[in-house]
Amino acid sequence: MANVIITLGNDISTDDIYPGRFMATVLPTETPQFAFFDRTDFNAALKAKAFPPGAVIVGGENFGCGSSREQACSTLKGYDLAVVARSISRIFLQNSINLGLQVVICPGIEASVGDKLEITADQVLNRTTGQAFDQVKLPAARKGIMDAGGLIPYTRARLMARG
Amino acid sequence: MGMTVVEKILARAADRPSVTVGDVVEPKVDLAMSHENAALVINQFQEVFQGTGQAPTVWDPSRIAIIFDHRVPAESPKTATNHKKIRGFVAANGITKFHDVRGDVGGICHQILPEYGYVRPGFVVVGTDSHTTSHGALGAFSFGVGATEMASAWALGIAVNIEVPATIKVVVKGEFPPMVGPKDLILHLIGLLTAQGANFKVLEFHGETIRQMSTSGRIAICNMSVEAGATSGIVPGDAETVRYLREEAGVTDAIDCVTPDADASYVRTVEIDVSALAPQIACPHMVDNVKPIEQVLGIPVQQIVIGSCTNGRLDDLAAAAAILRGKKVAEGTRMLVFPASSKIFAQALDQGYIHDFMRAGAVVMNSGCGPCLGVHEGALGDNEVALSTTNRNFKGRMGNPTGEVYLCSPVVAAASAITGVITDPRKG
Repeated sequence: MANVIITLGNDISTDDIYPGRFMATVLPTETPQFAFFDRTDFNAALKAKAFPPGAVIVGGENFGCGSSREQACSTLKGYDLAVVARSISRIFLQNSINLGLQVVICPGIEASVGDKLEITADQVLNRTTGQAFDQVKLPAARKGIMDAGGLIPYTRARLMARG
Repeated sequence: MGMTVVEKILARAADRPSVTVGDVVEPKVDLAMSHENAALVINQFQEVFQGTGQAPTVWDPSRIAIIFDHRVPAESPKTATNHKKIRGFVAANGITKFHDVRGDVGGICHQILPEYGYVRPGFVVVGTDSHTTSHGALGAFSFGVGATEMASAWALGIAVNIEVPATIKVVVKGEFPPMVGPKDLILHLIGLLTAQGANFKVLEFHGETIRQMSTSGRIAICNMSVEAGATSGIVPGDAETVRYLREEAGVTDAIDCVTPDADASYVRTVEIDVSALAPQIACPHMVDNVKPIEQVLGIPVQQIVIGSCTNGRLDDLAAAAAILRGKKVAEGTRMLVFPASSKIFAQALDQGYIHDFMRAGAVVMNSGCGPCLGVHEGALGDNEVALSTTNRNFKGRMGNPTGEVYLCSPVVAAASAITGVITDPRKG
């Protein structure tokens, strides 16, 4: 069970999540400070560690559209946040899986800030409103990467298997 | 059942007789491109090898391209240090397709790759940049990936666990009216499809208009295919592809154009007739917020930008220079021009276009991504409005979240520079 900490509209771009002017910062240990930088209050709350791990960002359609910058995922992963969105842009989805950021595609999701969500295997339950929403399964091709804990351990295992 | 171009490319790259939508394949990578974010790729690449007992070694240094373009010359010690780190990696690994901060061979990655013949029809190209879709203009399956996925490709030489994407067939017919061209076509298409209308899909371009279009125009439309969410845009290789690679890129070895089967299966077909198309404008703050120019005429503009991987090629500069020649950029408006490559810059200099821009009052900058993504130069002031030939107008894109960016073709940008307001180039 986790709290919704912000609800966002459609087409939230990677420029919104991680503005381009901070792209010279690349290391996952350093990117979290710039998460949603231009949403000043939210950025400040994140940096003040106001939210526990697993706290949920609820997005609309086409979440993470735009640039392939992986910082947009590592910046959220740094706070151990989860993303539940109506739909997710391809590269952002792939980057999230690769880095182990929890992302859930949930076309019908309805939630407000403060609602308690429970993410099950195939649904998102809004325990505050009592509503249940079906998930869209992530691409099957990605299962091996998720099971390995991300693309780095996955590729490492492939390398070792090659010998 | 027949295959689309991308299905054929993936089947070949995965050593399979055929593939169909949804199949999971691991295609061999023909070219792996990065820019400044190679700094992160290197970090992830070295982490992959930790604990393996193997030395971090790239699978094939001749298939890796690294081009500095996002922040050239470096705007900060941090970027300069990233550049330095990447140079060290390039030298240590024998990477030859490396384009440093240079006035002879430098430029924007999506121009350098075609210009130097690094991309061929039928290639599988991955790039740590969403606009890697550009290289579909040469008949390659070319798509953007994140830094960790690139690190994996550098290590294994394959793209892991790729699902064969569905393809939307886009058939374009008719002749462009004066002052209307490929940029207007792709903006119009993005407006039709919406920003996620092609998510997880490929846009395959056909029709007489595409066949007659130069490679420059094809790069512009494939470049912006990602703005409809597409994994890739692709123009099946044809006589123009071969001409470009032979005459402009100097390619001498065999070129094998891959074309779709007549009975290939498409998830959707979109037909567009450009013969009555007006100049198109993408309005703040989404690329699919597209309107014909008539609806936005007269909006005051403080910054005009002509250039980028979308519209910084010689034909773009020529068209803009022809409008600006002998005219002046309006007071209160500044105009920035950044050619897509040093080679194009030199050609524009030889043709006199650079002088046309300078005499008109425009500032001509070195080749690079410049103001497009707000990281380097040409930022907007609070509440300022830009009219730009680049590819994105997201809130904050040009370095200021209170700024607004309108996207347009080079001729609209040039005509508007003279008046200081969004202006129809057909009424010059």
